[in-house]
Amino acid sequence: MKKNESYEEFLKGIWRDNPVFAQVLGMCPMLAVTNSAVNAIAMGMATMFVLVGSSFLVSTFRNVIPKQVRISCFIIIIATFVTIADYTLLALVPGVHKELGAFIPLIVANCLILGRQEAFASRYPTKLAVMDALGMACGFLVALFSLGAVREILGDGALFGVKLFGDSFEPWVIMILPPGGFLTLGVILLFFNWFKYKKDEFLDDVARAERSGADG
Amino acid sequence: MSPDTSKLNAQPSALRLVLTLAVAGLISGVAIIGIYESTLPTITANKARELREAVFKVLPGVTRMQALVSRDGDLVVVSEPDKDEPVVYGGYDDTGDFVGYAMPGAGPGFQDTIALLYGYKPEEGLVVGMEILESRETPGLGDKIFKDEEFVAEFDALSVRPEIVSVKKGAGTAPNEVDSITGATISSKAVVRIINETHAAWAERLPPAGKEPAIVEPETGGTGAGP
Repeated sequence: MKKNESYEEFLKGIWRDNPVFAQVLGMCPMLAVTNSAVNAIAMGMATMFVLVGSSFLVSTFRNVIPKQVRISCFIIIIATFVTIADYTLLALVPGVHKELGAFIPLIVANCLILGRQEAFASRYPTKLAVMDALGMACGFLVALFSLGAVREILGDGALFGVKLFGDSFEPWVIMILPPGGFLTLGVILLFFNWFKYKKDEFLDDVARAERSGADG
Repeated sequence: MSPDTSKLNAQPSALRLVLTLAVAGLISGVAIIGIYESTLPTITANKARELREAVFKVLPGVTRMQALVSRDGDLVVVSEPDKDEPVVYGGYDDTGDFVGYAMPGAGPGFQDTIALLYGYKPEEGLVVGMEILESRETPGLGDKIFKDEEFVAEFDALSVRPEIVSVKKGAGTAPNEVDSITGATISSKAVVRIINETHAAWAERLPPAGKEPAIVEPETGGTGAGP
């Protein structure tokens, strides 16, 4: 039972409550740094580190932090993790850090992270909070990667810098420019909502069939 | 599993609020100092390596370099240039003979500041190489200033006398003319303008050809002649 519950918290972030596709949170990094798959993954990993670290601390100290100053405490915790991620990336992968630029420090302002602290980590035990953070971060990573991969393939004819098509491929430059982010995100959201709609319709059909079966 | 509301509704004293924030800030500060101190050597080494690689790239044949600054009308060798002090890098070959200067320059491009480094041989008055260090030019168009090999190759032997001129693609014939990139005219003109401006700014401060400061061996101390 206990195990199932934390597993549930992990899974919901990836699909049902996906931070990007279902909650539409964290749009700023989502649109800005997804012009290549590598950047998207680096951003996703940095966000995961910050989210899991902050959720762990916030949940552990949830009974110590007075509610009047909780937001300031959350921000201090988040900002510390962001600074750690910032310097670590700068030291280990300067090339990626240069590409992500100002968007690493801006993780502090990612409403996804503060939102999870306020809505979940500050109310639930550490284990569940960490699972929830991991799930949300994985969902965010999946979303960033799908956007980054689509944009890199169409806009540059490559994935992870490896050319996929021959020389005759004319890259769709617009896909790696800012408008490409909006276009791709719009199409993905359309697909996600269509899928949800179809699923609800299917469940309704099943329920109706069961009811009429019971009646008859 | 339901949220514990009794604790949330209690009124803590002001002292407790202040103390909580103070402790949180203190711990956070210590953590940040720790990570800063532990990554600083790697970050500095990365930056120095990037600069060395760029210098060696824009000055073919160079194997050693040193930073030079202009003080009291003289070009002096420094190991650690002051922040915000304009600096050029002297490039030397294996035997310690002066090859040329690597000159950093920066200026507005199409979207944001373009920072570049170019190799300059004062004796011939030639630019012998150019490398873009920083740019946020439009991907696919403006970023050709460093992705288009033909354009970069334009700077392999470019006369700065009287100054570099950017012309339409295919029209460049004179040794001081650069073919602009089609679709990135503003970015290519910006590169030319930055080099011209940097050259003009340093023209008075560089010593006459043949009187460049000799290489200072690292063993003998790098601070060189102070004022």
